[in-house]
Amino acid sequence: MGRKILFVTTDQQRYDTLGCNGGIVGRTPVIDGLAAAGIRYERAVPQSVVCMPSRSTMLTGQHPSTHGVWMNGVALPVDAPSVAAELHRAGYRTALVGKPHFEPFLDPFGRFTENRLARDGVPTVPSPWHDGSVGPHRGFEHYELATHSPMGGLHYARFIQSQHPEAAAGFYAVLDRDLEVNAEGGGDTGAPQVKDNPVPRELYHTDWVADRTIAWLDGLDDDEDWFVWMSFPDPHHPWDPPASELGRVDWREVPLPPGYPADRAERERILDAKPRHWRLWYDGTLVSNYEAPTQWVPATLTDDQVREVWARNAVELELIDEAVGRVLGAIAARGWADDVDVVFTTDHGELQGDFGLLFKGPYHVDALMRLPLIWRPAPSAAVDPAVVTAPVGLVDLAPTFCRIAGLPEPEWMEGQALPVDDADAEARGFEAVLTEWDSEVLGVEVHVRTITRDGWVCTTYGPGTVHDGTEGELYDLADDPLQQVNRWDDPACAAIRDDLVADLRARQRPPRTPRLPLDAPV
Amino acid sequence: MRASQRRHRVIDVSADRAWAVISRPELLHLWFPGIVGCTVEGSTRTITTGMGLQLAEDLLTNDPLQRRFQYRIAGGVFREHLASIDVLPLADDRCVVVYASDADPATMAIILGGAMEGALAELARQLESGEGPAVEAVDGTTHPRPEEA
Repeated sequence: MGRKILFVTTDQQRYDTLGCNGGIVGRTPVIDGLAAAGIRYERAVPQSVVCMPSRSTMLTGQHPSTHGVWMNGVALPVDAPSVAAELHRAGYRTALVGKPHFEPFLDPFGRFTENRLARDGVPTVPSPWHDGSVGPHRGFEHYELATHSPMGGLHYARFIQSQHPEAAAGFYAVLDRDLEVNAEGGGDTGAPQVKDNPVPRELYHTDWVADRTIAWLDGLDDDEDWFVWMSFPDPHHPWDPPASELGRVDWREVPLPPGYPADRAERERILDAKPRHWRLWYDGTLVSNYEAPTQWVPATLTDDQVREVWARNAVELELIDEAVGRVLGAIAARGWADDVDVVFTTDHGELQGDFGLLFKGPYHVDALMRLPLIWRPAPSAAVDPAVVTAPVGLVDLAPTFCRIAGLPEPEWMEGQALPVDDADAEARGFEAVLTEWDSEVLGVEVHVRTITRDGWVCTTYGPGTVHDGTEGELYDLADDPLQQVNRWDDPACAAIRDDLVADLRARQRPPRTPRLPLDAPV
Repeated sequence: MRASQRRHRVIDVSADRAWAVISRPELLHLWFPGIVGCTVEGSTRTITTGMGLQLAEDLLTNDPLQRRFQYRIAGGVFREHLASIDVLPLADDRCVVVYASDADPATMAIILGGAMEGALAELARQLESGEGPAVEAVDGTTHPRPEEA
């Protein structure tokens, strides 16, 4: 019997929303406890700041250029490499409960497996694997899937629609009548994607994901090894947690976050020092991507809306924290506690008021790129608690799972197993992480490449709709932790800029050819 | 907001051979992944998608001289739609099939674009291999399944 793996992900969570990372709005004692007993990473960086490419990186251990999911709406090929397949082949029982998103959600034709499983009433289907063999779809023998609402055809939606249809109307309508991200406001402040949701807590998707994870674990034999990806849809918008829980955090008491310049003139001065698309989106004159409401103008964001979004986000995270605690309790009750590794992270961050913006897009700053990441090794492994300051990436997760399972790391994985402390990081060369963005939608294209190294974040832009390919951003994370001073054109920083750009280009993976098709907006 | 999507595929068969499949509206479900059923009554085609949605389409153009097929999805979430499939010869045994859809809302155009790409890939596979339900239906070697015809 080996080490088992509980892989917990949230969706669109900022680094600074956990107590262990300095968060002060919500309480996350369970996750903070995992951090105290394990390894907490202070500079974990995604390889993409949107869901599908980032989740594909977690599964494949590859950068977006390699796995080919270059933007949301591009399906990860069915036969893409998968760490779940490696574990399944080694005898692990494997499950994914919650939000998958390796394939587009907007799928009226039912072209993608994720969207057909609940309809067909099967836990998985056989699919081709990258090595030519056939096994359960992407290596998971069991799927129970959910996303942010009870609409659509995933398992959670069908559960609500069939057994609690009265609850469905209480959720925020994620999409508007144009099937675009809804801009409608709600709550006390009229903030976009906010709604008071009367759904009972036990029917909300957070508790459902925990319940179904526990149910799957209950079906396993005591001596089996397992890998379960428990993937919470929250705290991604909409911010519509059960109304019964809103009293946990009074939005009126929430301090404005340091990344939100409350003074409009100051906010706009900061934006004007960045490449053009920042200010154009803020003013509502450019919609560069599908991930934010096209009808919402960030310049209309108010102080109170920022507070209310933070409060609801914190409520959602408190529910997740408690759900994780419940699953850990169930694991302990089975006698597995000493042999379970827990990895907690998210796919990307959330602007959440930084620079006067919400949601996400082609903005490579800490709000979207600094992620919570905690690895609590199995107690039986006797790994000392640590804090790692070296940069690591989500690309390093898949090799980590292999190492936990005692498997060799396949050559197609581009990361390496996470370091257990900074000395280990230095010894194994953790020094730089890459992040990519490409989008071509609604007539607008944006191409961004970023390297995080030596305490700097350096971003280059390729030619696009509003960029000529000479723009860039350069931030000193030590002196400018909020990335409010763009040093790209600062002569004093020219040498470090040029070195970082050269290193970025040298490390860049060649793009997959032919490019995978865009199948849907998301 | 509306949007326009266009996909194309070079296929190693004659334009007449490709047109023989495309011009048969009742065969769409045999080469368009995600469409599982298809009936034609007069100038109306009703398709059933893999997720169980039924959509009515007005058949607008079926022109063998231009090798142009056009249809319009009527109703549902569509405020506007027009699809065109054009078959253009490149050589005696090679053609390009151009599939375009304009739609409002724009989101549906993007979704249709992805589905059209998959359809062109399947069309090419069947035409170039000579195997598959659409080419077999055209060649008279099989017939569409009764429940889908």
